[in-house]
Amino acid sequence: MKGFNIYLTGVGGQGIGLLSEILLRGSYHAGLKVKSVDTHGLAQRGGVVVSQLRLGDRVHSPLIFQNEADLVVALECHEALRGINRALKDGGTLIYYNTIWQPLEVRLNLVKPISGAMISKQCQKRKIREISIFKTDLKDPHMQNIVLLANIDKYSLIPGVKKEHYIKAMEDLLQGRLLEVNIEMFEKERI
Amino acid sequence: MKTLGEILLEENSFSEIVMGNTALVRAMIESHTRVVTSYPGSPTPEIAEAIKSIPKEKRPFYFEFSTNEKVATEVAYGAAVNGHLSTVFFKSVGLNVASDTFIQLSLMNIIGGMIVVLGDDPGANSSQNEQDNRHYACLSYTPVFEPVSPNEVYTFYKEAAKLSIEMGMPIILRLTTHVCHAKEKVKFQNWEPKKLDETPRFDVKNGPYIPIAADVFPMKRFSLQRLEKMKAYADMSPLNRVVDHGNKNIGIITMGLPFLSLMDVLEKTKEKPNILKLGVVYPIPLKVIKAFLETHEEVKIIEELDNFVEKEIKLMAYDSRLSTRIIGKTDIEDWIGEYTPDKVYEVLKKTWPDLLPARKGLGDNIFEVPNRPAQMCPGCGHRSAFHAIKKAIKDTDITVADIGCHTLGFLPPYQVGELMMCMGASTAIASGLSLFNDTRKVIAFLGDSTFFHAGLPGIINALFNKHNLTLILMENGTTAMTGHQDHAASGKNFNEPTDIIPLSRTLEGLGVKHIYETDTYQQSNLTEIVKEAVGINEFSVVIAKHPCMLKFIREQRRKPSYKPRKVDIDQQKCQRFYDCIEKFACPTFTRTDDQRVKINRDLCIGDGSCLQTCQVKAITPSQIE
Repeated sequence: MKGFNIYLTGVGGQGIGLLSEILLRGSYHAGLKVKSVDTHGLAQRGGVVVSQLRLGDRVHSPLIFQNEADLVVALECHEALRGINRALKDGGTLIYYNTIWQPLEVRLNLVKPISGAMISKQCQKRKIREISIFKTDLKDPHMQNIVLLANIDKYSLIPGVKKEHYIKAMEDLLQGRLLEVNIEMFEKERI
Repeated sequence: MKTLGEILLEENSFSEIVMGNTALVRAMIESHTRVVTSYPGSPTPEIAEAIKSIPKEKRPFYFEFSTNEKVATEVAYGAAVNGHLSTVFFKSVGLNVASDTFIQLSLMNIIGGMIVVLGDDPGANSSQNEQDNRHYACLSYTPVFEPVSPNEVYTFYKEAAKLSIEMGMPIILRLTTHVCHAKEKVKFQNWEPKKLDETPRFDVKNGPYIPIAADVFPMKRFSLQRLEKMKAYADMSPLNRVVDHGNKNIGIITMGLPFLSLMDVLEKTKEKPNILKLGVVYPIPLKVIKAFLETHEEVKIIEELDNFVEKEIKLMAYDSRLSTRIIGKTDIEDWIGEYTPDKVYEVLKKTWPDLLPARKGLGDNIFEVPNRPAQMCPGCGHRSAFHAIKKAIKDTDITVADIGCHTLGFLPPYQVGELMMCMGASTAIASGLSLFNDTRKVIAFLGDSTFFHAGLPGIINALFNKHNLTLILMENGTTAMTGHQDHAASGKNFNEPTDIIPLSRTLEGLGVKHIYETDTYQQSNLTEIVKEAVGINEFSVVIAKHPCMLKFIREQRRKPSYKPRKVDIDQQKCQRFYDCIEKFACPTFTRTDDQRVKINRDLCIGDGSCLQTCQVKAITPSQIE
């Protein structure tokens, strides 16, 4: 297949690691050649966390060229905009969870926060397909990543990777009650 | 679901998607490594996490987190001269700490074999510099193997282990951040468990093992002779390879992750230079390189960080009177930063501008986004500490930070910790700052893991030489920043419960006269204590403790009885002093468009340490339904 690059981003603590691992293993179960790399260490403490996934036969480094990602998956608004600036190609796809974790300078009232409207404006300018997700009745914020996953599947955002592959990936990574609630959420939100 | 531990102990050959750090552990198992040691530091802690996934009773080797990298190296060396294949791993700057011991290793006949795994950090992703540790190889006559991917981490370790045992010499396996953390499918061979031969095989006849004065020379000669053998090996090694694009004109010599970046860059070009990719980067395979140079008119060296290999290649080319044009680094920027695909594109563009197609950037089509520096977590005891300590000290006082989560205090709004150097350095730097200084008080900070790691000598020096400063020990009971590894005051080591070495009694034993201790959540108490301690014209210590709340809340969430807690803001009472959001600055506090303060309930852990920061008591605990 032609290469397909996915750039995942969010704030440390939002569950990027699990989401990335599900996409990685899901792609693998779909029979695709895949590489990835995550941010670890220092930045995880409330800083920007990035995970990069590269699918395809002629992929070498796990790191994506600037603005050559086909898909940006973001768990937060500021990081969605930062992600498309840094990584997304013009005409690519952005899917993001529409929540805000205000960065330090916003909380200190030194700069204005990013809004959904700003993201939309930038997406229009760069012909980016924008998918904004927010689930009003979500009780556990730790499941925002699974809500995004369900929508990645719903909109078939990763070519060749299907529902059964994501489920198999979740079964590789989770067990017991945790697996049950995650699969339940995934099944419910992907429709 | 198969656990990582079960996967790692699979006896038949298999394939699995793993991180470089995990592939390394499987290689250790297949190579029958018997002793592994470390001190936590990014990008290597996941090696220990993979080891931890194997239950202790099934673990085919002994592992410990030692007190620091030097100690870890010594433990691994001791085991190896007793006949056990050993491995020590740590982050880039860990080698500075280990260096006194490390430098000596190559003088010794290490009968069991010993691998030093380095997690170097080009790009300074999580380190205080991006030092090029290959220079240590040169300094100590130690060979370096450099893999580029999880597959190579696995095969290179096995090759290194085999050679190290054969030759009784230490070998460095140099990984870098994005090699450690890259994930891909790796094909693993089978593993035949072997019973450990526990015979302590140490014998002075295998030595000498005492390098002193004139006795050093035969040992040095022995070391250099082995290095000569390694030069011969390097030229034969299966770890070097050529990517032949049939280009008679131009070639590239590279190694490590930049090789993969280069391959991606060349996917964009019509003309593709041939590539010589080095797996053995010290000593370099001179014959292989010479043959490569002779068959090309121009050869570019793409080398991350310093011009280590470039110098050796140019030296050889000069001696061999080669006419090939060799192009190394061209400006200072070539020395800086990680060689990502973007960086390699830039580096190559400077040498052969016509080779590469133009890339269009976004130009000014970028919408500025506020930075998001790393933060102390919601509920972090350090936040309460900085908030309280700031009230106790003057703006003119000098605050010295150390390495750890507490380093983040340097950020606004606290800005406590104005200098930082490396592990354990704060007390002694503060001692120097206190000389001839009667006007500005000096306050040093130190974490508890760092206290044991390298903090003690500075403290002892402050006592011995009567330095006048206040040391604040930020005790959170764990090595937090690297992922919560236990330390000597945690009450357990990697393998089992162990006696706590208490900070306060250690200090008492050393003879510190002024020791104060409080939980950091008692903010006003801490403010008073620090005022008092700083007022004393002698060395004083404040132990500001609170358990790491990230660790605590993760453990709580795993319990079935766990009930989430939050705080609320009573908007009727709130008078908008903004102390909570602008001075205490827990990331949970959020500003609304109409300048109210709101709680981000995704983040709040309901620890309540913020309640005392509000003058009008508008922050209230709330129970979740």
